[in-house]
Amino acid sequence: MGRVKDKSGPLARRPDNSAFKQQRLPAWSPMLTANTVLPFFYIMALICMLLGVWLLLTVQSTQEMKLDYTELGTCDECFQMRKNVSLAGEPCTCQVEFSIDKKFKGDVFFYYGLKNFHQNLRRYMDSRDDGQMVGRKNKLKNPSTYCEPFAKDVNRDPIAPCGAVANSMFNDTFILTYQKHIGSVFVPVRVPLIRTGLTWYTDKNVKYRNPRTDNLTLAQVFEGTVPPLYWQKPVYELDLHNPNNNGFINDDLIVWMREAAFPNFKKLYGILKRNDDTDFSKGLPSGNYTIEISYNFPVQPFRGRKEVVLTTLTWFGGQNHFLPVAYLVTSSLIFLSAIILTVVWWKFGKDGKNMLLTFQ
Amino acid sequence: MTWRSPLALVRDALQGQRAREKELRSLTSNLPHEGQGRGTQPNRFFSSNAIKTTKYSLLFFIPMNLFEQFHRLANIYFVGLAILNFIPVVNAFQPEVALIPICVILSLTALKDAWEDFRRYQSDRRVNNMPCFIYSRKQKRFVERRWKDVRVGDFVKVVCNEIVPADLLLLYSSEPNGVCHIETANLDGETNLKQRTVVSGVCTTDRGFEPESFNSTVVCEKPNNNLNHFKCFVEKPNKEKLGAGIESLLLRGCTVRNTGHAVGFVVYAGHETKSMLNNGGSRSKRSKLERKLNIDVFFCVILLFTMCLVGSVGHYMWLESRTGSPPYLLPDSRSNSLASFHMFFTMIILLQILIPISLYLSIELVKIGQIFFIVNDIDLYDEETDSCMQCRALNITEDLGQIDYVFSDKTGTLTENKMVFRRCTIMGTEFPHKENAIRLAVLDEPESEEEIIFNQRPHSSQTAWSFEGEDAGPMDMHRRGQKKSKVVGTARSDVAFSSPLETEVVPDQNLVRQISRAESRGGSQRTDPYLDFFLALTICNTVVVSRATARRQRAGLSPCSSQTNNSFEALSDLVKKASLLIQRKSSRFRAQSQGPVIDSVRMESPADTNGLSPSVRPTAPAGSENLYYEAESPDEAALVHAARAYGFVLLARTPKNVSVRLPSGQVLDFEVLDVLTFDSNRKRMSVLVRHPITKECVLYTKGADFAIMELLGTPYAENLSKSHKNIASDTQRHLDGYAKEGFRTLCIAKKVVSEDEYRRWLVSRKSAQAAIEQKEQLIMDTAVQMETNLTLLGATGIEDRLQENVPDTTVALREAGIHVWVLTGDKLETAVNIGYACRLLEDEDLLISMSCKNKVTCTSSLDCNLEEMRRYSENPQNVGTIPNISLVIDGHTLAMVLSPDLQDRFVDLAKRCRTVLCCRMTPLQKSAVVKLVRDKLKVMTLAVGDGANDVNMIQAADVGVGISGQEGMQAVMASDFAISRFKHLKKLLLVHGHWCYTRLANMIIYFFYKNVAYVNLLFWYQFFCGFTGTAMIDYWLMIFFNLFFTSTPPIMFGIFDKDVSAEVLLGVPELYRTGQGKGEYNFLTFWISILDAFYQSLVGFFIPYWVYKDSDVDIFTFGTPLNTISLFTMLLHLSIEIKSWTVVHWIIMLGSVGLYFGVTLAYSAICVNCNPPSNAYWVLQSQMGDPMFYLVCTISTLVALLPRYTFHVLKNSISPSPLLQGRELDRMDPSTRDQWIREWRGFRGGGGGQVKRYQLSPPPSPTQETPVDFRPEFLNSAEATSDDFSLNVTTQRPVYT
Repeated sequence: MGRVKDKSGPLARRPDNSAFKQQRLPAWSPMLTANTVLPFFYIMALICMLLGVWLLLTVQSTQEMKLDYTELGTCDECFQMRKNVSLAGEPCTCQVEFSIDKKFKGDVFFYYGLKNFHQNLRRYMDSRDDGQMVGRKNKLKNPSTYCEPFAKDVNRDPIAPCGAVANSMFNDTFILTYQKHIGSVFVPVRVPLIRTGLTWYTDKNVKYRNPRTDNLTLAQVFEGTVPPLYWQKPVYELDLHNPNNNGFINDDLIVWMREAAFPNFKKLYGILKRNDDTDFSKGLPSGNYTIEISYNFPVQPFRGRKEVVLTTLTWFGGQNHFLPVAYLVTSSLIFLSAIILTVVWWKFGKDGKNMLLTFQ
Repeated sequence: MTWRSPLALVRDALQGQRAREKELRSLTSNLPHEGQGRGTQPNRFFSSNAIKTTKYSLLFFIPMNLFEQFHRLANIYFVGLAILNFIPVVNAFQPEVALIPICVILSLTALKDAWEDFRRYQSDRRVNNMPCFIYSRKQKRFVERRWKDVRVGDFVKVVCNEIVPADLLLLYSSEPNGVCHIETANLDGETNLKQRTVVSGVCTTDRGFEPESFNSTVVCEKPNNNLNHFKCFVEKPNKEKLGAGIESLLLRGCTVRNTGHAVGFVVYAGHETKSMLNNGGSRSKRSKLERKLNIDVFFCVILLFTMCLVGSVGHYMWLESRTGSPPYLLPDSRSNSLASFHMFFTMIILLQILIPISLYLSIELVKIGQIFFIVNDIDLYDEETDSCMQCRALNITEDLGQIDYVFSDKTGTLTENKMVFRRCTIMGTEFPHKENAIRLAVLDEPESEEEIIFNQRPHSSQTAWSFEGEDAGPMDMHRRGQKKSKVVGTARSDVAFSSPLETEVVPDQNLVRQISRAESRGGSQRTDPYLDFFLALTICNTVVVSRATARRQRAGLSPCSSQTNNSFEALSDLVKKASLLIQRKSSRFRAQSQGPVIDSVRMESPADTNGLSPSVRPTAPAGSENLYYEAESPDEAALVHAARAYGFVLLARTPKNVSVRLPSGQVLDFEVLDVLTFDSNRKRMSVLVRHPITKECVLYTKGADFAIMELLGTPYAENLSKSHKNIASDTQRHLDGYAKEGFRTLCIAKKVVSEDEYRRWLVSRKSAQAAIEQKEQLIMDTAVQMETNLTLLGATGIEDRLQENVPDTTVALREAGIHVWVLTGDKLETAVNIGYACRLLEDEDLLISMSCKNKVTCTSSLDCNLEEMRRYSENPQNVGTIPNISLVIDGHTLAMVLSPDLQDRFVDLAKRCRTVLCCRMTPLQKSAVVKLVRDKLKVMTLAVGDGANDVNMIQAADVGVGISGQEGMQAVMASDFAISRFKHLKKLLLVHGHWCYTRLANMIIYFFYKNVAYVNLLFWYQFFCGFTGTAMIDYWLMIFFNLFFTSTPPIMFGIFDKDVSAEVLLGVPELYRTGQGKGEYNFLTFWISILDAFYQSLVGFFIPYWVYKDSDVDIFTFGTPLNTISLFTMLLHLSIEIKSWTVVHWIIMLGSVGLYFGVTLAYSAICVNCNPPSNAYWVLQSQMGDPMFYLVCTISTLVALLPRYTFHVLKNSISPSPLLQGRELDRMDPSTRDQWIREWRGFRGGGGGQVKRYQLSPPPSPTQETPVDFRPEFLNSAEATSDDFSLNVTTQRPVYT
């Protein structure tokens, strides 16, 4: 196009007789008629069906247990107590019991779930400072305005981590106990949970970092900041035993900061530790279990529910019946269309005679 | 420059203003003031010759450009949204980010504008720095200066083949008689030489012109843009006034030819010159499609408001349902209702792309692409004139695909406008010129033969005479052979009117004998009507005789190269470019190519035609045979050539003299006393000469028959007095016969003016010429005074040959469902004959001819015809058949019919006719008819014409097509598209029109779909986030999605997609009908695509929703598959719509996918925290590591597209659209396809099965013109006989022998 024409002579202005300029580029023009696309329909139907069956079988092999503990058992007391804002700081623990009929094989994941909690409100989800969480010291003392009104407390001290998201962090803790049946006696065995490695690798190592300590302790680094309003302990005391899980790189914090897409969601709390020598080397055995909950998170103000979820995963995610069903339904839809098309092809297009030009 | 007081400056400015505004300007020479300060220059108030066409200056580019751009509503909408985003309570995105789209659009447009402006600047500079010669008093000679140095009041010398730098009043010419020839091709495309004469009486000395002695004042009118009009007088110091007009003005941009050098006084310079004032901007029309598009955009606005309202109300209800203070709700001082009110605006920002602003930019780009392909089509290129298609209107390409009515001019449009002398009648005796007819028939033969064989062949690459064609089958070889032989013939006609076809006339033996008899009787001494007739042919014209050395090549107007090399250039001011940029280029080019052209056009002497009696063979020296005749009208050239064949050779013409060589070899020098030029009111021209031998004043007149017949006075005084009464009636009878054959007729008359009469007349003539007010009217009046009491000599019949492939084209247009109307100024019989010749009328047609004297008969005949028509169409037998009824109407009747009370009935009648021929039309009537049809029937109209008389019609029609032909460029200047042959209309409409329309229509539908589908994803999400305006896709990625990932495929689709190949579109013109009327882009298709968009967005949102429901998915991780799904859905949706996949398609489609993943991956990897608070870090990477992602994307895309895909397949299988059937034809190999189409046509029983041969050459039998009862076979005769008056309706069946 940009070529300079340097022709002269009587036909100087004759356009190039090139395939491109004359719009004669070789082209593939598919015809969308029954006889050309029928094989495609059948093949797609088959593929979808096979995928659907495979997925369904995979999903069938997973197990899931959900337990809404909001007002369950002794937790009802705590629920009533959390209604009262003035008692927010008071600790409250409760226990719930459940049983597993069939043992959970393989890796078992422990989630806590919230219902009716909107982490996806625009102003809520924006109310955070990733610059602070990535360990920038100036941001630590001077949080972004997006954190407002949770950037600074009443004394104008900067909040770390700032913002509504961090402020509303879920703070119930769970201790799962297996009532091991030895003879006729139930012996409580604490189920070991791995409480780290719950996050994306990049989150833990790139996106969230503590401010550089420079031979100071974490507490000293965070000096001058205050913990979020609803928090009972500062960020540098989230895990006092494991410095790699403390401060901004605390797994629970990181998991919470990844805002859920829908108002009903679950977040990973821990993974079953499967040591060879324990009862849990092959997963969770069937039997009775108790969860001891330190019940801190109030759900009454938003009429929410809290639950714990125990589940095993498949290669494509958690227990999800929708996907295989969707594949199967789609497969049958495609198959149905394929049959209709076959009929159409049989009636109309087999000999191609309706390709006559038929317009007036 | 010396310092001057501000007061003086202000006074000067005011003076200048006043001087420029004055109706008359007095200009004096600059020379006495040379070298003095500016303040003393007499002509300092008038603009200098430097031109500046740039819009912007370097310093103020940004503010001025922004100001320009904000004239567009769309940009204001964008900016408004961006500003809205800066208000914290309503913002939806980070404010800075929201500026990106508007900035991108503004800066892209600004870049484009800047580049265009820079090109203008460059061309200005080039033009301004061209050299020219200005007289300098100090150096006492003409010195070389630049164009920009020329000022009003300077003396400029122009030498041969140079371009005139400013409007010059011609004061001196090196040629004897003070003549200067100019070529105005750069201005109006007319290639014939025009004579300009010096202002008489100014240059009195013999030693050449001395500028210093020029002490007169030139008084001229205010600058105007009329190229053919100029009023001025030169006032000498002794108060003597010398009138001058356009005949003394050398226009800027013209080229001086055949003249050694000329000196002129600059009257207008720079922007005040007539050529610059003529440079209007490029035309901008709004196409039908765009008008419809705007309505749909309005629907989108309603949709947007509805969605925002839903969001707003939803937010309110959601807030109301929250009791207590949940931790996720930020403390807010606003009440719920205020918050929801703010939410309305947030939603507008969030859902803004529902209004497809980028659509307008995309349409512009698509049209540029489409125009690029149209102008580069080799089939629309004409070798003969070396001109290709020009698109002058840039935004109505798609209108070409929706034309319902074509209004065509006849002369020069359907016909060549290359006149061939065919017959003449002298003193009531007809000379049929049979030998000449035979010769022409033989010349015609091969071409028409070819037409028959190949008529149904699609003409693609073959039509273009291409030697490098790669797929040459045997048929192609045949064709190419034909073409080659033709090219040999046409190459000669590189110079107008010089091909042997037009110049050679085989004399009629009877006439030759008559002439020799007359000559032997005493020849030129006595006045013999036969000699007079030929003398009149020779003298009574404005033909300029030029010698071989002065030949040059035809210069076209705007070169394709400059238009096509850059598409943006096409947007810029076309006219300006055409007139000035190429001047130098073309003149250089001309100089190079002069040599070969001269060789190829050497004219054969008439004596070459063998079998003539030696007595008529000219005996003059051979050197004088290299004469070329350049005429403003081709008729004149044809007549001069005809006279030459009989030995009457026009040797030279100067304003004062005409030399004619008689058959006897004697050369007569006639003194030209006056020329009464042609005008369209008088429809005739006359030349007043003094006979060199008899010394009589003789007036020779030629003109249209009715213009002459009414002026006939005393009969020819001499020996033919007895039969003189019969002469007029005989001639009239012959004339009617000529008209029926489709010839153009001219009457030739003579008048001997007595010396007294002449002197008396001369006085009034002189005063008329000196007048400034109403000069034209006065001059015309004097002409009418003189042209009385004429003596009829005879008449001529000139054939205007049909252009090649005209019947083929009209038949194709008819099959395409286009009504073709011919609006011509010719006689009714001529029009009907041309109608048959170009197959607008068929043998079996019913021809209604309306020619009424008064309004009463007109009304009744209209009513009656209409009644019959209705009865016919209501007859159950005829349901579904199209009556082959044609209407012929003349201008007089039309004037009555167009009156408000009758026009409805006329339109009703006309729309039932297949074709309508209107004759004897004035330019104004032409446009009235076009407007009437356009407004009453609400159809798309196209007007095609080549002459100045078609300009009105071209401007009135929705699409104006100009044919750059013999009659100058006025039609082209007024047109939207310019072609060089009528046959190009076929491909332009059937192929390019169809393609442009389909492409654009489908692209627009797709664009709406795309935006709605994408926006709805965001909308559905609002139901899950409390209507708070959350976007689950990172905003940058959203912008990229619209800007990069999904913008190019639809543009490519709009430029490249080819639903049916050109061959099939030309072979089956019926396919064109798909675009007519509502076409493919209508209410239904728009809403179907919107519904489909809703469906697809529902699928694309809810399948992922159910999949990720109750899981630990986060917002952006959920958004990523949504984005990916929409990308694939949109691209695959487009893939379903794309009809043919070329390399370009594959590259762009795959490129878009690649770009999406590449950019998103890179963005997600690099951007740890660059766009707070939104953060899409590593989201796509983590998703791509999750098998679920692929499973979700696959199933969603599949389900989203399944209905559309299945629907397409079902529809295509059960009732395929004509276009699909056309595509099916495409898959056949060419020969089977042709066979198939032929059979199909035969099967349809149309008369178009075989192409009949129509030729104008053999004389047809006279057709019945007698009024008969309106009783064609197919009508119920009982009903018809009840009519109590007869109608002028005939079923004509001309028989061609």
